[in-house]
Amino acid sequence: MTEAEAKRMLEIPAELWEECPGCHQLLYGRELERSLRVCSKCGHHFRLSVWQRVNFTVDEGSFEEWDADMPLYDPLSFPEYQEKLEAARTKTGVNEAVLTGAARIGGIATGLGIMDLAFIGGSMGFVVGEKVARLFERCALLHLPVVIFCASGGARMQESLVSLMQMPKTAAAARKLREARCLYVSVLTDPTYGGVTASFAFLGDIILAEPCASMGFAGPRVVEVTKMRMPPEVQTAEFQYQHGMIDMIVPRQQLHETLEVILRWATEHTSEASPHQEGQP
Amino acid sequence: MSYPADHLEQVWQHVALSRHEQRPYTLDYVQAIFEHFVELHGDRRYGDDGAMVAGLGFLEGQPVAIVGHQKGRSLAERQRRNFGMARPEGYRKALRVMRLAANLGRPIISFIDTPGADCVADAESRGISEAIAVNQQEMFGLPVPIVVVVIGEGGSGGAIGIGVGDRVFMMENSYYSVIAPESCAAILWRDPNLKKEAAVALKLSPEDALALGVIDGIIPEPPGGAHTAPAEAARHVKQTLLTALAELSAVPPDVLVQARYEKFRWMSSPAGMREEWAAVLDNLAKRR
Repeated sequence: MTEAEAKRMLEIPAELWEECPGCHQLLYGRELERSLRVCSKCGHHFRLSVWQRVNFTVDEGSFEEWDADMPLYDPLSFPEYQEKLEAARTKTGVNEAVLTGAARIGGIATGLGIMDLAFIGGSMGFVVGEKVARLFERCALLHLPVVIFCASGGARMQESLVSLMQMPKTAAAARKLREARCLYVSVLTDPTYGGVTASFAFLGDIILAEPCASMGFAGPRVVEVTKMRMPPEVQTAEFQYQHGMIDMIVPRQQLHETLEVILRWATEHTSEASPHQEGQP
Repeated sequence: MSYPADHLEQVWQHVALSRHEQRPYTLDYVQAIFEHFVELHGDRRYGDDGAMVAGLGFLEGQPVAIVGHQKGRSLAERQRRNFGMARPEGYRKALRVMRLAANLGRPIISFIDTPGADCVADAESRGISEAIAVNQQEMFGLPVPIVVVVIGEGGSGGAIGIGVGDRVFMMENSYYSVIAPESCAAILWRDPNLKKEAAVALKLSPEDALALGVIDGIIPEPPGGAHTAPAEAARHVKQTLLTALAELSAVPPDVLVQARYEKFRWMSSPAGMREEWAAVLDNLAKRR
């Protein structure tokens, strides 16, 4: 820390500082926001809330939420689950572990899904699967591309088979989008695991990831309790990229621009009729 | 959570029997049920996975394709079969054979028996998640009947990777779950000794799966379990397959594929939700 930085630190109230989990430096909150919550010292990408992700990703004021009123669901009457769901809803202020809706990115209309880690680890149960399936179905009908920011511990244990069946359900709905000839971009963020990776997360036509995001088939807790040998470098975006599973690792500051180019490439001819189709018999 | 002791034991009995080492495995059923089985090997990309078998055969003279997880009994055989934990190349081999079947109009029979897919570094490096995800997605497009039978362990993503079917059955002593009960207990309650409680809470028994609408029926086993009279167990499986295929063969391919979508789309959904959503989509379509 330089002398000037130290001096400034003294002048700013403690609650406005945040410690970087990557390098343990203290970062000034407002600057951290300006850098899209990426550490200016080490490049660590802070995990985002869904609304931070909305703000950093879409054109200002363009987000319109879908299926915001879907009720909670406890299909197995699993012990202590209903309470857990209600507590998560109170804590996060969102209705389940994924936020879905329509937005514009660089002026291009797109369907958007953002998973919420704060809601029971971003795990996928019936409601998450339903909102994701509806996102695909609605966009297939409206002929919109879809961008989903994945972040999930995996399938939601408390819904067991019902959560498992969200995997084929979302995979099938993503297929509907493809049949409608619309693009699906999956963005893997820290962390993405289990039933989400083995369904819609890895079905993107284009798959992006944020740097150093952890990801894999077996979730960290499963690795832990089964005492499986898993070298730490394996379950990372970089490993998946090296093995051809991901198209690009994109730092957060470049994400908006990258998405805009990809979406423009995918939609230009459908938003404005292509010249060779117009006026020809 | 407190469950009656006899219920805990009864459900755990299912789990124990589903893992019984003398229990018939996929190839045992294949030998007993189909004529002229020809096993096919390799995914044409990387290798051949012993934990997944795929091939062609005849069911009472009707040509069908067969895919399924395979476990081993001797130590060497268990290792060769990777304890029934299929790798990416296993799922890709299964998909290759299922696509072949679809192209020639042959129904597909899928046998599930896995504690879970292989998830070690090697499997990660070849895209185990992608392989399972793609299989599910592609199975929705195959215009031939698909009948799935959980014969032993229905272990999570590893199971659903070949588990998308027009009819899904479970054997009486099989289980089907998003996670092994031991792991669930350790993760959720930090106590692996609560495995029986987890097994009950997870509702992994065939009766529960049927009540949840995840499966279409339960195939009876001889008293004491399938291993006590494998030929009898196989007869029950064969009868179920014949009945299901007779029904499904009468369905036009496009109707079949659409019904498969609807089946999984609305599986275990709250009452009224399907109709509500259909109305929303109708309105959207009209406005366009």
